[in-house]
Amino acid sequence: MTVASLFFYLFSVVLVGAAFMVISARNPVHAVLFLILAFFNAAGLFLLLGAEFLAMILVIVYVGAVAVLFLFVVMMLDVDFTELKQGFLQYLPIGGLIGILLFIELVMVLGAWTIAPEIVRVVDAPVIAGIENTEAIGRLMYTKYVYLFQAAGMVLLVAMIGAIVLTLHHKPNVKRQNISDQVARDPKTAVELKDIKPGQGV
Amino acid sequence: MMAIGLGHYLTVAALLFTLGIFGIFLNRRNVIVILMSIELMLLAVNINLVAFSSFLGDLTGQIFALLVLTVAAGEASIGLAILVVYFRNRGSIEVEDISRMRG
Repeated sequence: MTVASLFFYLFSVVLVGAAFMVISARNPVHAVLFLILAFFNAAGLFLLLGAEFLAMILVIVYVGAVAVLFLFVVMMLDVDFTELKQGFLQYLPIGGLIGILLFIELVMVLGAWTIAPEIVRVVDAPVIAGIENTEAIGRLMYTKYVYLFQAAGMVLLVAMIGAIVLTLHHKPNVKRQNISDQVARDPKTAVELKDIKPGQGV
Repeated sequence: MMAIGLGHYLTVAALLFTLGIFGIFLNRRNVIVILMSIELMLLAVNINLVAFSSFLGDLTGQIFALLVLTVAAGEASIGLAILVVYFRNRGSIEVEDISRMRG
């Protein structure tokens, strides 16, 4: 057994275990932390597959952004999570049934599936020897898939604007500084002059 | 012990995907865990794409995994934003109340 296969079993066992803990943990903060563990182990699997760029992106984007976003939301919302856990066992039979059925189906597909030996393999973007994974992906991404790259950028832009629009709200009773109002003010509107006769009060 | 092949990775991804589905059913009331289960399922799909890409020597799968990653990030941010707005309006995140469309 080589070191690579040892690491494969290590990463996959921890990955599946962490995924199981994500869906079964009582405390959602623990669930998010197990999600981070799962992402790290998936990044390890990607490294074993030779996709270094995706492994690093997985760590940066998923662990650095998505999981931390989950952590923020879990900690920000003051939710009674024990109440949400009620009925946990109520859905266990149907959920377990569907899960097991799906897994059996997937295993049956995997077990019966082979690549026909006589088929001519069409490789769309072959891995070129002597070029690093990151550079190869860059060469492909900015040439052949540049439109998809732009579309991905648009998706992120729309997601960003959507998230801001959804969560931004102005409270009506908060006083804010309005600089243009302040600058446009002149003595005519700001000062009222009263002519008071000598000897009389206001 | 046989060498690690494509089937090993596909089995791990299938297990992960099943756990994701299972999580959605198990935590019917907690949207945050449902969103995390969706992330797990997308991760399983990514493992499939990268495994095929690696074993067939075709880089296109990795490009697609990258795009899936992008969409997953956008989906998580929008989902959590909707969740925050929902919590602000209702004071709870019970999914079963969402069938009522009027806030």
